[in-house]
Amino acid sequence: MSWFKKIRKPIESAQKESRVPEGLWVKCPSCSQILYNKDLTASLSVCTKCSHHFRLSANERLRTLFDGEWEEHDSSLQSLDPLQFTDTKPYAQRLASTMAATGVSDAVITATGRINGREVVVAAMEYAFIGGSMGVVVGEKITRAIERALDRSLPVIIVSCSGGARMMEGTLSLMQMAKISAALARLDRARLPYISVLTDPTTGGVTASFAMLGDVNIAEPKALIGFAGPRVIEQTIRQQLPEGFQRSEFLLEHGMLDMVVERRDLKDVITRVLRFGSRTDERPSVPAEAAAAAPVTTS
Amino acid sequence: MSSTRIPELLEFEEPVGVLLKEIEALSMLPQTADRQRSIDTLRRRADEIRAELYASLTPWQRVLVARHSSRPNTLDYVERLFTGFDELHGDRRFADDHAIVCGFADYKGQPVCLVGHQKGGDTKQKIFRNFGYARPEGYRKALRIMQLAHKFGRPIVVFIDTPAAYPGIESEERGVAEAIAYNLREMVMLDVPIVVIVCGEGGSGGALGLAIGDRVLMQEFAVYSVIPPEGCAAILWRDANRKVEAAEALKITAPDLLQLGLIDEIVPEPAGGAHNDHALACSLVDQALERTLVALAGVPAEARLTERYEKFRRMGREGQAFVDMQSQMPSSSARHPENPVAGGPTGDGGPAA
Repeated sequence: MSWFKKIRKPIESAQKESRVPEGLWVKCPSCSQILYNKDLTASLSVCTKCSHHFRLSANERLRTLFDGEWEEHDSSLQSLDPLQFTDTKPYAQRLASTMAATGVSDAVITATGRINGREVVVAAMEYAFIGGSMGVVVGEKITRAIERALDRSLPVIIVSCSGGARMMEGTLSLMQMAKISAALARLDRARLPYISVLTDPTTGGVTASFAMLGDVNIAEPKALIGFAGPRVIEQTIRQQLPEGFQRSEFLLEHGMLDMVVERRDLKDVITRVLRFGSRTDERPSVPAEAAAAAPVTTS
Repeated sequence: MSSTRIPELLEFEEPVGVLLKEIEALSMLPQTADRQRSIDTLRRRADEIRAELYASLTPWQRVLVARHSSRPNTLDYVERLFTGFDELHGDRRFADDHAIVCGFADYKGQPVCLVGHQKGGDTKQKIFRNFGYARPEGYRKALRIMQLAHKFGRPIVVFIDTPAAYPGIESEERGVAEAIAYNLREMVMLDVPIVVIVCGEGGSGGALGLAIGDRVLMQEFAVYSVIPPEGCAAILWRDANRKVEAAEALKITAPDLLQLGLIDEIVPEPAGGAHNDHALACSLVDQALERTLVALAGVPAEARLTERYEKFRRMGREGQAFVDMQSQMPSSSARHPENPVAGGPTGDGGPAA
C-alpha cells in the first residue's frame, strides 16, 4: 500500500572530512582525469592523459625555460593608477589586493638567464594578475627588457598570456602596444632574434602588438589566440563560431604561427631557433664590451 | 548654423531643437519685418545655447559628437584641403578594403601621402565602407602606400576615424592582429614626416594601427579609447547602459589625452561641433596641419625618427603613471630567490632609464 508513497532517502555522503589534503590532486578541466599534483609538476603542468596544457604562472614559466637561475629586472615597478579609475572597486585597491595575492607587482616578469647555455632576455606574463592585462607597468617592463637586450645584443623571448590591454589604464594601456612595438622595431633592425611564445589565452592588444611580431611565432597547443574575443565576434556576426576557431591549430592553418609546440619540447625548439638566429659574424662579441661599458644595464 | 542643412540633433541638444522648431514654424508663416526680427532673435538664442552646451560637453556627449553621422570624414577633408587626389587601392595580397582610403594628393602644392579610415555618410555608403570597421587588408594596404611615401620621401597625413578594427571571422582568419602589429612596428621606421589627425572616433587597436606619427593632433570633440565605453561598461559592470560612467572613467577626451601626454595638440572645432560647419572645421584642421608639416620639415630625418621613438617611449612615464618602489635603493634588479649567484656586486647605479 505504501509502495508508491515510500520516500526514498537519497544516499547521504558520509560527511567525513576528506583525508586527502587540499591540492594533492588536480582534476583536468579537459578530460576530467584526476591527476596527482606531483606528476603534474613533473610533466610541466601538462595532463598526462590528454595533454591538456594547464596555465603556468610567470615564475613557473621561467622555471621551465631557464637552465636554473635567472636575474629578475624591474620587479619593483608599480602602477600609480594614472586615471584614478574605479569600477566595482577602486583600481588602486584591486592592484594592492592582486599584488598581495600573486606576489608580483604587475602582470609580467622580465628576467635574464640562460637557455641551454645561451643568454636570453625573457618576459613571461602572469595571467593571475588582472587577466594578464597590459598596462603601463607591463609596457614599461617589456620595453626595458627589449632595450636591455639591445644594449647587450641578446635575443628576446616574450611568453604571452593575456586578455589584452588593461581597461583601468585607458588609452595609456593602448599606447603600450605602440611603445613595445617601437622597441621591437629597433631589435629587428639590430638583427637580434625575437621569439614570441603564445599561450592560452593571448588576445586583444597583446596579440595586435608584440605577440604577433616574433621572428618566429610559437604557440602551445589549443591556446586561445585572437584579436577580438569570441563573444564580441558572435555578437557582431550573430552566428555560432566554428569549432576550433581562434585556437593555435586554427592560426597555424591560417598562416599566423610558425609552429605549435608541446610544452615539453618548447625549450629545445627555442634553443634551435636561437641557434639559427645567432650570427657569429660581424656582430662584436658584445658581452665583454657592453659589460665593461655599462655595468648598470641590468638595473 | 547659418547653413540651410540642419544636421541631425543629438539627445543633449534638445534645448536647441525646441528653438529650431519654433523658427521653422515662424518661417512657414507669411513674412513680416516683425516676424523676421523674432526669427533672428531665436536664431541668435539657439546659437548661444549651442555654444554653451558645447563649452561643457561631458565625455559621453563627446562620444556622440565624435560619432555624428554628418561629422566631416576623411574624404571630406581630402576634398577641401587637398587637390588632385588619386586613390590607390588594394593590399596586393587579398583585397581592397573600403574602410580605409589611401592615395596621393597635393597639399599646398606639395605631394603628400594620404591615409584614413572612411565611415561613409548615408546608409549605402556606410555599408560599402563597412561602417569604418577595417579588415586586415586595409591595414596592409595603408602600410604599402605609406612605404611608397617613404620610398619617394613624401610626408604622410593620416586621418583616424574608426569604431574599431572589424571583429569578424574573416578578420581573424586573415590576421587582423598581425596586420595592426606589423603597422605599429613599421610605421615607427618610416623615414618621412607623419602627421596623425584623430578626427572622429579613435577606436582602440583599429585606430592605433594607423596612428603612429611624429605629431598626433586631435580634434576638440574627437575621442580616442582603448575600448568603446559600451564595451567597457559591459565588461566591468556587466551592464552596457553604464556607458556614460565608463566614458567618464576611461579618460578618452582630447583635453584628458593632452594632459596624459598621449596627443600633441588639440585642433579646435566650431562651436556646435565639426558637423555643424564643415568649412570652418576643415579650415581649422588646415591651419594646424600646415603649421605642423612646416615644423616637421625643419627637423633632420635622423632626429625625427629618434624623436618619434622617444615620443611613444615616454607614454606612461615613471613618476606619473608608475613608480619604482625601490628607486631609493641601490639597484632595481632583484636576484631571484632560486638564484645562487645572489649578492653579486650589482649594487651600482640607480634605476637607469
